[in-house]
Amino acid sequence: MANKTSTAQKGIGYKIKNMTDTNMLLTITIVIFFLMYIGAIVFQGEGFLRPQTFLSMLNANGALIITSCGMSLVMITGGIDISVGGVVALVSMCSAVYLDYHNGSILGAVLISLGIGLAFGIVQGYLVAYLDIQPFIVSLAGMFFARGMTTIVNTNPFNVQNEAFVALKDTRVIVPGLGSVNKLGRYVDAYVEIGVVVALLVVILMFIMLRWTKLGRSFYAVGGNQQSALMLGINVRRTKFLSHLICSLLAGIGGFVYFLHVGSGSASHAMGMEMNAIASSIIGGTMLTGGVGNIIGTLFGVLSLSTIQNIVSSAGLDQAWWTGITIAAMLCLFLVIQSVVMARKKKAQSLNK
Amino acid sequence: MGNTAVKKTKGSGFFSNLVRQQMFIPVAALVILAVFNLIADPSFFKITLGYSSSGAPVLSGYLITILDYGSELAILAIGMTLVTAASGGQDISVGATVAIAGSVILRVLCGSNSRPETLRTSVLVAFLVACLVSMLFGAFNGVLVAHFKIQPMVATLILYTAGRSIAAWINNNELPLISDPSFGYYGGFLPGIPIPTPFFIAAACVIIIALVLKFTNLGLYTQAVGINEKSSRLNGINPTFIKFLSFVILGLCVAVVGLIKVSRLSTINYSVIAKDIEMDAILAVALGGNSLSGGKFNMAASILGAYVIQFLTTTLYKFDVQSDALPAYKAVVVILLVVLSAPVVREKLAGLGKKFRAKEVA
Repeated sequence: MANKTSTAQKGIGYKIKNMTDTNMLLTITIVIFFLMYIGAIVFQGEGFLRPQTFLSMLNANGALIITSCGMSLVMITGGIDISVGGVVALVSMCSAVYLDYHNGSILGAVLISLGIGLAFGIVQGYLVAYLDIQPFIVSLAGMFFARGMTTIVNTNPFNVQNEAFVALKDTRVIVPGLGSVNKLGRYVDAYVEIGVVVALLVVILMFIMLRWTKLGRSFYAVGGNQQSALMLGINVRRTKFLSHLICSLLAGIGGFVYFLHVGSGSASHAMGMEMNAIASSIIGGTMLTGGVGNIIGTLFGVLSLSTIQNIVSSAGLDQAWWTGITIAAMLCLFLVIQSVVMARKKKAQSLNK
Repeated sequence: MGNTAVKKTKGSGFFSNLVRQQMFIPVAALVILAVFNLIADPSFFKITLGYSSSGAPVLSGYLITILDYGSELAILAIGMTLVTAASGGQDISVGATVAIAGSVILRVLCGSNSRPETLRTSVLVAFLVACLVSMLFGAFNGVLVAHFKIQPMVATLILYTAGRSIAAWINNNELPLISDPSFGYYGGFLPGIPIPTPFFIAAACVIIIALVLKFTNLGLYTQAVGINEKSSRLNGINPTFIKFLSFVILGLCVAVVGLIKVSRLSTINYSVIAKDIEMDAILAVALGGNSLSGGKFNMAASILGAYVIQFLTTTLYKFDVQSDALPAYKAVVVILLVVLSAPVVREKLAGLGKKFRAKEVA
């Protein structure tokens, strides 16, 4: 950074060595994503070349992008939240019941979603931040509570018939210039669903918040080192509380977006979503130990995951279990990379001393 | 022993001494549940002697159910207590690994034929293979936690997601069905003995672990690593190995539970077998009054905790709570437990107690 010429002289090796953790992990993620996508184009044929394939990936993962943003935030602060999948299921079930059985309005359903998210956030945040209980235990209980509540609200899965909702669900935002000609020779517009627009808005807002606001920087400070954050005058407890609050709130929003995508309520919705959200964050370069992470990386983490899923299914291995195994393997790989990075950094620090 | 001294210095009576005992929490929970059931419906405690389809005498009743299913949980609680004490985290992949162990047993017994007339080998061989496999998976978790220093719950999250898929993959997604009645002994009843076999298996496991803890340094070393990893290393203990070992031991416990589980059904259902059992196992450790962040542990309290959890589950079932809704109630219990055992809350409660006593004296 200090002067450009010397960096240029010392070459790329020097640059890589002196990268911050955030930038290095982010670079790895983006490179891997592009390698994978190019690999998919080369080996799996032209399906991946069509813009709509990419946009469909976004459509299917709008909710995951939103929940992963919340997960990254909690992980940057040094915590973890595995209740998000349960919250998503609970939100979609409650919204479905409200819309269909009680003839509710869409606004009401959105408010219910936000309310459930906030309630989970307040309780979990309070337990973690003010009572010093391990975030994993708290959110494990939260997950089981949400899953159990979903069945208590309604046992059987059902599709929502509410007209206003179905109209909203089928609304498509057309992306100009990315359409393609289908097999019948007709031009088909490329589109995204409303959920994707919400998801991208969340990504942008979270990115701005984490990068340029005082609150955003305090999340990194608390995750990096609680003691020094305290000495800097940051209210550590409040920051932790807010991170869990925002995460659960985003899970609530993600729940509604998920609901908008699938259009039904079911207790088995979003099974394993917490795992996917954690995996996306970790693949996106967020450190489990806290203090390191980037929302853009998280976005690429989600895209990498869904690229893997697409490759698995288009390679003919569409049994659900292959997806689970590949995601777990990838998560394992990235966890080990992180651990090695941390170990090397520690070694370097002790040598410098 | 030192009770009188404590009494004099603290000025507190018999009751607060009792409360300070670790066994107090599970015993109190058990008493509360029992009294609740006694008031709500005394028939809960009725045990009847019936006859199984093959004519052997079997006991049945809610208490026997608790003894039966609680035993699985008790076996898991043994391993989970060690893992919790050594690593300060919990293994959430036990349910998925039980599925793997069960799948391996069926695969070895049936081969590629999913409806065998006769078993290919003895059950013992299949069980030993399953032990080996689940110890390997335990070792995988152990390496991630001990060597790569990944938080236990995140490291085991990998198997939590992939485990059931691997279990299905081992049997090519088929559901083998074993018709040999002798395979059902391990999860049901031995001929002529009216008490469910899992209880005897659990008793054997408890005796083994009690002997191990008595005659080896495992317990001491595990606690030392859990309390302070650095100082335990300075004292010549290898913390990496102790953590690794605790996960391998848990793997062994998981294999035993896997045998019981598949023996009960004579078949397997990959997505349902041992579902949510990780929650119950963690709950058993917590209910036993053990700190979930590692350190000192009390094995007997954990085992009792496991039976209390099963008591709670059976009680909920009796009141027609759906099995899918159970986790919601248990989650409330977990939250109550961890809130009550949180240091911040304890201090406040202690402060309240002091105020109360001061008033009494005045």
